[in-house]
Amino acid sequence: MSETVMEMDIIRQERQEVANRKTLGFWIYLMTDVVLFSSLFATFAVLRNAVASGPSGQDLFSMPFVLGETLVLLTSTFTIGMAVVLAKRGFKIAALFNLLLTFGLGVAFLVMELTEFTEFVHEGASWQTSAFLSSFFALVATHGLHVAFGLLWMLGLGIKMIRRWGKETDLGRLALLGTFWHFLDIIWIFIFTFVYMIGVLG
Amino acid sequence: MDWNSIWHFIFGRLTMQAFVHDPIMAGAGIMEIVALVVAIGLVTYLKKWRYLWKNWFTSLDPKKIGIMYFIVAAVMLLRGGIDALMIKAQQSTATADAFLSPDHFQQIFSAHGTIMIFFVAMAMIFAMFNLLVPPQIGSRDVAFPLLNSISFWLFAAGMVIVNAPLIVGEFSNAGWLAYPPLSELQYNPGTGVDYWIWALQIAGIGSLLSGINFFTTILKMRTKGMKMMKMPIFVWSVLGTTSLIMAVFPILTVTLALLALDRTLGTNFFTSYNGGNPMMYVNLIWAWGHPEVYILVLPAFGAFSEIVATFSRKKLFGYTSMVWALIAITFLSFTVWLHHFFTMGAGADVNTVFGIMTMIIAIPTGVKVFNWIFTMYRGRVRFTTPMLWFMGFVVTFAIGGSTGVMLSVPPANFQFHNSLFLVAHFHNMIIGGVLFGVFAAITYWWPKFTGFYLNEKIGRYAFIFWLSGFVLAFAPLYILGFMGAVRRLDHYDPSLGWQGLFIVSGVGVLLIGIGVALQIFQVIVSVLQRKKNPAPADAWDGRTLEWSMSSPPKEYNFAVLPEVTTRDAFWEQKLAMKRHAPEPVKYQDIRLPKPSFIGPLIGGLSMVFGMAVVWHVIWAILVSLVAIIVVLMVRLLRDHDEQVISAAKVEKMEAAL
Repeated sequence: MSETVMEMDIIRQERQEVANRKTLGFWIYLMTDVVLFSSLFATFAVLRNAVASGPSGQDLFSMPFVLGETLVLLTSTFTIGMAVVLAKRGFKIAALFNLLLTFGLGVAFLVMELTEFTEFVHEGASWQTSAFLSSFFALVATHGLHVAFGLLWMLGLGIKMIRRWGKETDLGRLALLGTFWHFLDIIWIFIFTFVYMIGVLG
Repeated sequence: MDWNSIWHFIFGRLTMQAFVHDPIMAGAGIMEIVALVVAIGLVTYLKKWRYLWKNWFTSLDPKKIGIMYFIVAAVMLLRGGIDALMIKAQQSTATADAFLSPDHFQQIFSAHGTIMIFFVAMAMIFAMFNLLVPPQIGSRDVAFPLLNSISFWLFAAGMVIVNAPLIVGEFSNAGWLAYPPLSELQYNPGTGVDYWIWALQIAGIGSLLSGINFFTTILKMRTKGMKMMKMPIFVWSVLGTTSLIMAVFPILTVTLALLALDRTLGTNFFTSYNGGNPMMYVNLIWAWGHPEVYILVLPAFGAFSEIVATFSRKKLFGYTSMVWALIAITFLSFTVWLHHFFTMGAGADVNTVFGIMTMIIAIPTGVKVFNWIFTMYRGRVRFTTPMLWFMGFVVTFAIGGSTGVMLSVPPANFQFHNSLFLVAHFHNMIIGGVLFGVFAAITYWWPKFTGFYLNEKIGRYAFIFWLSGFVLAFAPLYILGFMGAVRRLDHYDPSLGWQGLFIVSGVGVLLIGIGVALQIFQVIVSVLQRKKNPAPADAWDGRTLEWSMSSPPKEYNFAVLPEVTTRDAFWEQKLAMKRHAPEPVKYQDIRLPKPSFIGPLIGGLSMVFGMAVVWHVIWAILVSLVAIIVVLMVRLLRDHDEQVISAAKVEKMEAAL
């Protein structure tokens, strides 16, 4: 009897260690992603005035629209935070509802971003036009790709959580997804500041 | 729909023309195909596919993954070595009719550099990580076993892509770092640079994941009592290296991606028009590239530290200063990248800063060299083959270090830039430093993972040929560099009087070739005579925990996880055992990850993806990409598969030893 109890304790302890490892590993992955974005920001900083004969940021960016995008993403970071907290406390419906809200806001953000991109291309400002636009599209679209990947993850995890509510490991996954989402939000704040705001100032 | 557009849809820009090569290239391609057919035929004839798949390809055991890294690296060393021989043959005869066309010659030196760095040196250090880190920290596994397998298979996919151009298409002719605008579509419309980009991109992502994995392993999985300052110095070197990998491989990913965007979607990052800035590429690639050389050499430093201590039968001199030297090198290596292009014209101030930072790196490196020598001082030194490699390393590395300091002086560098002096310098560091370190490590740890020693006598001969060949091959390059010979030279005027020295250098490479042949011979002889040279668990009277495992180790490494109180934990255990008999141990169930086919699957899909991008096959790009995402999603949302080795079984396996 006590043998099995001890064995169970060891297994539980091992599981906990695995979860800790995953959290640390995921944070480290996020740090490497910081380096990835830093390289893109550096490239943008070097090339932002290389507009060749194409338009500059001042000519292109519409601040109210970008502010709208920002608010959508910021709201989604709040809703995913709620989802994580609620799921941890065991409120199934509320948590899943918040996750759904986050998903919708994420999709809205991507749609807005793609609308902006299409508009630019129609105005003759594509990634081929100048080095400035190449670096703009690369940086902003890399963020967008991350959001898209986050949405896929959210979809998969959401479906799993509906089907098997209450699994400890799923809560861990949701927490990591939340971290990822907050991280993307922080990156976006930097994009908003360094690309759009300073870009409009010229 | 006509036939042409159907063909284009299915195969992208691949045409029959891509299989047609000039006779020498075709010969290499045929050799490669023959080697493949022989290997596949042999496995089929011996009916070993099931065994390979079940016990190796899908295995999550770091020891097996490490051995697979090592085998790939050894094969790639031969490939890169043949490239080197061809370069030397060309340069020794290049005054008359050169036997290689300029374009083929350019592809050869590009392939030589790319393969030697990414698919030999990197693979060797990952082999060492996998084999040594878990046992040295008293652990059974790495932090993320499946990720480890995926890393290996991404690396293997890159390896396939880098070797494919021998058969289909052409390889990059833009050098191992593919500077734009030469590597841009305008000047390089073929598949060469694309092969280069995607081989490195895929293998590089594998390296990044490995970096994350081993960093987490070292931080989280050390056995009871092993504080940071009690870790073996090799583990410290891996901690430094993985920090560097995590900090710089994302830069490589971005740089390659941007170059790929320039080539496929027509962006203007590094073009010479529309505002593109080629020097941005050079900065980015060296912001990765300089730390990369320390990524390669730090594990070699770590291995030498273990080897010197063991064979001097002393504890390592100045452990703490060794650790701080490693940390200093790790940080300083970020601050010197501009010394690769002082000639960019950044101005005297910038060049001065980077020149001085470069010189400063010599200080912690010097600390390490002196510490090794002081470890030998008054030790009972056994001059085994690993120690010979070590002593060869100290001399060549000191020479290479001095020429490195010469190169770091910006005004002088304007003369050395892109000359053979530089080529001699970095071969001094990478062969003398990394490769000698790897050879020493292989000889030293071979008995641990196979259960028998490598033949000492043949090993010594191999060392003698390697060292003398190395000096003969690269000393003339220093002189030629002073005489004005530049790197990547496919012909020169006989009146320059360079040919004699080029021939000497060529003879040196031939001697190295004999050294390599002897090493292969050494492995064959040692395997055949393995019954005659069995290695005990503690093969060299070692000091660190891996020597307390059986040789070869069981899949669980340690039946009972060791507890550690000091540095050189196994040495202390041995001393303690002399004082009093060990207590009887109580075994427990051991849980290990089950084999998984996800690694080979992701690797295979990535290879398809890479080849599809190179040849512009849109449908295959989409299919492989979607498949990778689906596989990852399905796997990420599943819980762990474990296999249990029961306590009774562990007891039986341990009793059988």
